[in-house]
Amino acid sequence: MDPFRTLTATAVPLVMANVNTDQIFPARFIRKPRAVGYAQFTFHDVRRDDDGMLRADFPLNDERYHDARIIVGGTNFGCGSSREGAVYTLIDSGIRALIAPSFGDIFAANCLKNGVLTVTLPDDAVVDLRDQLRSVERPVLTIDLEAETIVRPDGATLAFSADPFQKHCLLNGLNEIDLSLEFAAEMSAFEAAYRGRFPWLAPDASGRKG
Amino acid sequence: MLRARTIIDKIWDSHVVARRDDGECLLYIDRLLLQENSFHAFDKIRREQRAIRNPGQAFAFSDHYVPTVGREKGLAGIADPEIRNMVELIESDSRDNHITLFGLGDVRQGILHVVGPEQGITQPGLVIAGADSHTSTHGALGAYAFGVGSSEVAHVLAVQGLWRPRPKTMRVLVDAALPAGVTSKDLILSIIGTIGAGGAVGHVIEYAGPGIAALSVEQRMTVCNMSIEAGARAGLMSPDEAVFDYVKGRPYAPKGARWDAALAYWRTLPSDPGAAYDRDVRIAASRIAPMVTWGTNPEQVAPVTGAVPDPAAERDPDRRARMERALSYMALDPGTELRSIAVDRVFIGSCTNSRIEDLRIAAAIAKGRTAQVPTMVVPGSGLVRLQAEAEGLHEIFLAAGFEWRSPGCSMCVAINGDTLAPGERCASTSNRNFEGRQGPGGRTHLMSPAMAAAAAVTGRITDVRELTGVG
Repeated sequence: MDPFRTLTATAVPLVMANVNTDQIFPARFIRKPRAVGYAQFTFHDVRRDDDGMLRADFPLNDERYHDARIIVGGTNFGCGSSREGAVYTLIDSGIRALIAPSFGDIFAANCLKNGVLTVTLPDDAVVDLRDQLRSVERPVLTIDLEAETIVRPDGATLAFSADPFQKHCLLNGLNEIDLSLEFAAEMSAFEAAYRGRFPWLAPDASGRKG
Repeated sequence: MLRARTIIDKIWDSHVVARRDDGECLLYIDRLLLQENSFHAFDKIRREQRAIRNPGQAFAFSDHYVPTVGREKGLAGIADPEIRNMVELIESDSRDNHITLFGLGDVRQGILHVVGPEQGITQPGLVIAGADSHTSTHGALGAYAFGVGSSEVAHVLAVQGLWRPRPKTMRVLVDAALPAGVTSKDLILSIIGTIGAGGAVGHVIEYAGPGIAALSVEQRMTVCNMSIEAGARAGLMSPDEAVFDYVKGRPYAPKGARWDAALAYWRTLPSDPGAAYDRDVRIAASRIAPMVTWGTNPEQVAPVTGAVPDPAAERDPDRRARMERALSYMALDPGTELRSIAVDRVFIGSCTNSRIEDLRIAAAIAKGRTAQVPTMVVPGSGLVRLQAEAEGLHEIFLAAGFEWRSPGCSMCVAINGDTLAPGERCASTSNRNFEGRQGPGGRTHLMSPAMAAAAAVTGRITDVRELTGVG
């Protein structure tokens, strides 16, 4: 996983609240192998009209934001289905960071596992940020994860608070499974005690092959 | 004196393997539920050359991509090579990794959230992670159950745990039994309409009160199932005798002395009187009517007796914009009586509403009536299908002109080939009315099995109480 330290990039404002993972990555594309490249599926249906043409009013279709690596979204961004393809498709489209007032839980966890930063900011700060991105000539933000700051197009700095563990993993590009396997001794001790406490949960306890 | 604890506290405290400096806990995962879309997780396990810690604690299900017709042909009956590949992958990944599969051709095959409880894999007090956001369903039996993405599926396979911060808790108290003619689907749609699609973000919901106690275990599953549609991390209920009776005797349930030990433990799980929650929401059962969604998110819902709301009356500009977009997608005008909306199709099925009680309710409405639009009934599992046939429900459906299909997720997620055509309007017992959810351009109205069956026999959204005279 590529470490995430600082990112200076175009940011695209998406006003909609409750953007769900079906919108980000429609279910019929889940069966595609990752090797085909998921960028072609990003917001596939939402960004098109009934005739399949790209809608001019969808921000990701706007030339201003064609090289966006940051999305500034609405409340409860990434709600719905647990499909991790919703994160893969954003990554394949170049997105490395998301800013919103809140995120769907499963989606946020999926982002972290794939090196995508999620930044939670108060509602009014997000609204201001989106307004500014639409009005300035260069809709560019700089996110500094170490310093926990975002520099807006007007030069003002916003502070945010990163979860310490998320920050550690992203800054160092760590694989969480490797970190968790360092707790193997604790896990073995837990399981030994657990099988004593809950003997009916032993894999063969029901008389069936587990 | 011991602090009064919620069931959430009790399950959490008994599953903490380790605690990090930042407060996050490595939570033990008792059961992992997999489906065809877990292929990315198995790819990751292979790529990183991980060993699977406890394959006996994982269970795999062929449900999302299986066809609901032509099942006698097995895999060969799946014409689309990409769809067939998904069903083949879960078979080979399960086999290669020594994981039990409820697959095509197995009479027990069905939707993971139907089969898990049905087989006794789901038990009170367990922590269950599932490769599907509706894993919260299992909370109806007093389990702490939640959906995860592929990377976390791989993490559970390798580690048997997941890192989580201690969740905030929300109690949704339903003050009385539901009125006649109102079902648990109406209850959960009403709850989501009340707290909003993001109303429970960061929280685990415990549903409680006389209104929950009065529900059957299957009806409770419908409630917990849709917790994710309010953004909740999980949704559960304190288990009672109805739950213990439900679990007893199921294939994976403990037997004999082990049953006695399990039962004694399960009886300690319900939340203590006086336990505190971060948030409390009270729902007045008497005010709930049969519910229908009019928009493209489950929070956009209204009583069937009502009308499509007018965005112009909404003061919040963000909400107003969402409503306008939803009504444009749904091709509905403000003020339209919900009961005047004609539907093109009806879907009765999904992990929300495909259990035997759901089918009994739908059959009671279908009996002696005739479908006015194409209507599909998709049982949640092979065993539900057999039970329904033993009761003669399939004959009622077939006589009414409903299609009687084989089990799977089918037109809830519309990736097995069962889809709406663009512009088609569907009365559906599923859980998501998102744009395109049942097929690109498809328009979904969520409702209960009784309401969906009523829509089938009238061809429009109908207050089922007008047909039954109940309520």
